Amino acid sequence: MVSEGSTRLAAFDEMLPEISGLRTPYEAYDRWLKEQDPARLTEKMQDAERVFRKTGITFAVYGEQEASERLIPFDIVPRILSGQEWRRLTQGIEQRVQALNAFLDDIYHRQEILRAGRVPRDLVAKNEAFLPEMIGVRPPAGVYTHIIGVDIVRISENEFYVLEDNARTPSGVSYMLENRETMMQLFPELFQKIKVRPVENYPQLLRQSLAAVRPQSTKGTPTIAVLTPGSYNSAYFEHAFLADQMGVQLVEGQDLRVVDGHVAMRTTEGYKQIDVLYRRVDDSFLDPLTFRPDSALGVPGIMDVYRAGNITIANAPGTGIADDKAIYSYMPEIVEFYTGRKAILGNIPTWRCSEPDSLKYVLEHIHELVIKEVHGSGGYGMLVGPAATKKECQEFAKKLQAKPSNYIAQPTLALSTCPILTEKGLSPRHVDLRPYVLVSDRIQIVPGGLTRVALKQGSLVVNSSQGGGTKDTWVLDD
Amino acid sequence: MLLGRTANGLYWMNRYIERAENMARLVDAGLRMALTRTQSASEEWNSVLLSAGSDIAFSQKYQDYTAANVSDFLLRDISNPSSTMSSIETARNNARMVRTALTRETWESINEAWMSLKRMLARPIDERDLPTVLDAIKRETALIRGSFYGTMLRNEIFDFSQLGTYVERADNTARILDVKYYVLLPSLSWVGSTLDNYQWESILRSVSAHRSYRWVYEADYKPTNIADYLILNVRMPRSLTFCYRFLGEHLKFLADDYGARHACHGTAEKIQALLKRGSIKDIFDHGLHEFLAEFIRDNTRLGDEIAQDYRFY
Repeated sequence: MVSEGSTRLAAFDEMLPEISGLRTPYEAYDRWLKEQDPARLTEKMQDAERVFRKTGITFAVYGEQEASERLIPFDIVPRILSGQEWRRLTQGIEQRVQALNAFLDDIYHRQEILRAGRVPRDLVAKNEAFLPEMIGVRPPAGVYTHIIGVDIVRISENEFYVLEDNARTPSGVSYMLENRETMMQLFPELFQKIKVRPVENYPQLLRQSLAAVRPQSTKGTPTIAVLTPGSYNSAYFEHAFLADQMGVQLVEGQDLRVVDGHVAMRTTEGYKQIDVLYRRVDDSFLDPLTFRPDSALGVPGIMDVYRAGNITIANAPGTGIADDKAIYSYMPEIVEFYTGRKAILGNIPTWRCSEPDSLKYVLEHIHELVIKEVHGSGGYGMLVGPAATKKECQEFAKKLQAKPSNYIAQPTLALSTCPILTEKGLSPRHVDLRPYVLVSDRIQIVPGGLTRVALKQGSLVVNSSQGGGTKDTWVLDD
Repeated sequence: MLLGRTANGLYWMNRYIERAENMARLVDAGLRMALTRTQSASEEWNSVLLSAGSDIAFSQKYQDYTAANVSDFLLRDISNPSSTMSSIETARNNARMVRTALTRETWESINEAWMSLKRMLARPIDERDLPTVLDAIKRETALIRGSFYGTMLRNEIFDFSQLGTYVERADNTARILDVKYYVLLPSLSWVGSTLDNYQWESILRSVSAHRSYRWVYEADYKPTNIADYLILNVRMPRSLTFCYRFLGEHLKFLADDYGARHACHGTAEKIQALLKRGSIKDIFDHGLHEFLAEFIRDNTRLGDEIAQDYRFY
């Protein structure tokens, strides 16, 4: 069951807040927009859809047989951040990402944070995302989570919060790139007028970043490959896109096997060794000998190769423990524990339903809260209290009581809005932001990211699987 | 470096693009026959189905060999894995799988062909619209071919793609000839009856060679010339010799690139030698049907060997 998040909270509009009027980052764009013929803009909007459909940028929606390939709607009004806003965000993100990697290294080795009692031991040890197979394993270059998407929401001029850390296999970066490409095709003149920091070099940065974390034993240039579950996966377009842009092979489990202690791919000339695997396959499918025995998507024996230090797997197996929604509520403590400083980017206050007092509060205030499954993603299996009917709330309360530890709750926040172009002109819609972070011997953040937008008026659910769209995200070079 | 699975995808993508177009061509030829020879129309449609290798599947579904039934089965029926719609769907699925090996133009042309044919073939085809539909299919596949030839780098990716195209095309031409071989036998009719004339034109039409034939040979249809044209002519793009010239060339590129020869190279050379050695008279003396049956077998074997030698699976 999925509820539609609909609220009447007063939201901060990033372009045109009610109190102060047009904000500085949008001034140049607004000038340009006022000169445009509305009919031409509508035409451009249709052009954009044609471009996406023609290039096959679609995603599959689970459970929808008919429309097995759908477009993620794209809105042509960019979401604009000033250089200064961006710098503040990047400081917070860097700190957070450092802490995530330190946390992973710690819980798979000495577990000092557990000994110090800052994070409950059971929360880690009994967590499905914690892989005992990774205890004592140190990945090449000591990096656990190489590619991270940090979901950030904005509440006001100066308040940004982290909604979620995606430390396993964050998706959507291809949309960031294609959105920019499409905008530049549709409105080349805009980019001459306004200096926007580029995002196009993301694939090169990704490739360099993956090469930098190759196994020590690698001789010469490392061979990199992207591992996809296959062309029926909902994110297949992105897997193919990234492999293509990086100039590396796109492989499936059936292409790979362990040969002489290394992972190798079957080529037209025989088996060739792979040094770095950017995998877009979940942990449990990675190695049928270690994890799910029925998995046909992984490589039998890859975990042995990994433990021997002969392949880099990005992101490392077991990183899911760091973005688990139950762990999330401890992120302020985790950041402080490893960096020695208070978190620059705050968390959204979170009630852990596993704690009796919290559960009681959540059940009493179910109409006001957003309740999420601890292991859920993509907006499935969540309840947006204010938008749900009484019956939906009651049904959800039953699920909650049956397995409280499966849920967390958060207040319904008035996410900031950004205008989209509708038939009746500009109209505000709620947005969030997912910047992409690369970790190797350094941390790199591409200026921008993916802005997801709830296309339905008042809706707070931005997930593409739930009718959300995307926007190009501009960081101004000012 | 190329993944075996990718080589496999490229090979089949191109076989199915070729097949999608061949189906339209066969229906086109059948339609022409049916229009001009109403008495024997059902027999003609049966030949079309035989050439398409779909006769058994068709007979399980239909009793009447009519234009509507056959064209529906060969063009839009997705329960028929060789129909144009199934073929373009399979070609696109393969293209999706090997997408990183294709230029953007090639991928987009395949994707667009799929979108437009899916729309066009969504409902049963009105007989009056059949010529338009056949044209559209040929145009879409021509666009794919154009983007492919115009933008693809001539490397191993290109080679495996071309192997698929020419194995499929050689198979198709040989089958068309084999289904109608008896009308080409010289002993039966030295002076072509009207019926024979239609038959001969139909053969040429099903490989889009009814006009070019006249540029090469004298205006009258002669069975030996028709057989010569489709089997031995080096310049006719759908002849067996033409297909094997390119199969040989692309296999040689692969052998040179990889520095290794395989069983498939031997097989291709054996077939090429057979085509080179003979005149059309020798082939008739040997037995046209025997020659074609052997060719189809060898051609299939070549496809299997390519898959094995280059680790498609």
